[in-house]
Amino acid sequence: MGFLERLFGRQEPSSGKVAKERLRLVLTQDRAGISPALLDTLKDEIITVISRHIDVDTSAVQVTVSETNRESSLVADIPLRDGRGRR
Amino acid sequence: MAGNGTEARVVTVTSGKGGVGKTTLTANLGAALAMRGQRVVVVDADVGLRNLDVMLGLENRIVYDLVDVIEERCRLRQALVRHKHLSKLWLLPAAQTRDKTAVQVEDMVEVCETLKEEYDIVLVDSPAGIEWGFRYALAPSTEVLVVTNPEVPAARDADRVIGLIEAEEKGPARLIINRIKPKMVERGEMLSIADVVELLAIELIGVVPEDQEILVAANRGEPLALSRNGSIAGSSFHNIARRMLGEDVPFQPLREKGVFERILRFVSPERS
Repeated sequence: MGFLERLFGRQEPSSGKVAKERLRLVLTQDRAGISPALLDTLKDEIITVISRHIDVDTSAVQVTVSETNRESSLVADIPLRDGRGRR
Repeated sequence: MAGNGTEARVVTVTSGKGGVGKTTLTANLGAALAMRGQRVVVVDADVGLRNLDVMLGLENRIVYDLVDVIEERCRLRQALVRHKHLSKLWLLPAAQTRDKTAVQVEDMVEVCETLKEEYDIVLVDSPAGIEWGFRYALAPSTEVLVVTNPEVPAARDADRVIGLIEAEEKGPARLIINRIKPKMVERGEMLSIADVVELLAIELIGVVPEDQEILVAANRGEPLALSRNGSIAGSSFHNIARRMLGEDVPFQPLREKGVFERILRFVSPERS
């Protein structure tokens, strides 16, 4: 981070932090054998299937791979749109 | 049997990515273990790209190699080279003019089984990669050390290798983080030990800081672990050896505080 940026308080994450997040992402994808493109496809199809039955907030749907202790699971967060307004 | 009633160990040192300091580490670890009274043979499994001989300063003493043993041009004993200063440290060199297809999994297993009769610890220096050389280096192991650097590509490859080791039921592997630069970590410009351990999720057995002395010693063909100069890097090899032998050795701070920091600490102790 440059002197001026520090002076004006613009905070950028340190490169160590960036490295950690990038490593976390590639490991998750490597371990599960799931590419970002596949996650996108899964998301689209999940939205299609679920939307047939329930009204979901399609723009807020998130499909990710999460893991604890080298065990991965696929996590889909699908907010519902209900009649009384937004979540 | 290693002769003293306990089963000899075959420890494979591997990394996935090349250039992380695997061979340097194997040479230093072999020396440190031999200095602690273990009968150690280091096996260079990198057929075609041998370097463990150079790291140990034994390149001029090689007569036969691993492939000569496998193809029965000599007996195993004839290929072993004793270290110049450490009577308990021996090297089984790789062949330089052949390639990895000259070695089969069963060959490595058989060679290591025979070595277990004469030695307490067989330290196998695996080739980089996850192909054939890695496969035959892993096959005889009773335990595995995975070496990585605190960088995304090295850690990613280490993770892949850890997965393969688990799939072969050779795990759990233990982790060595090599070439960490403590000042960069303090500035937040490098993955920390905690970051790497958290993400790779395996047991840590050693941390070696980046230190020019390692190269200076290697230039002379004398692993840094041999010199009792009290350097942090030199003692980090001994700490790994001690942990391998079952001692509970706490992880040391990775650098001495500089003069300036000491003065600061003196002036305002709360900064520590």
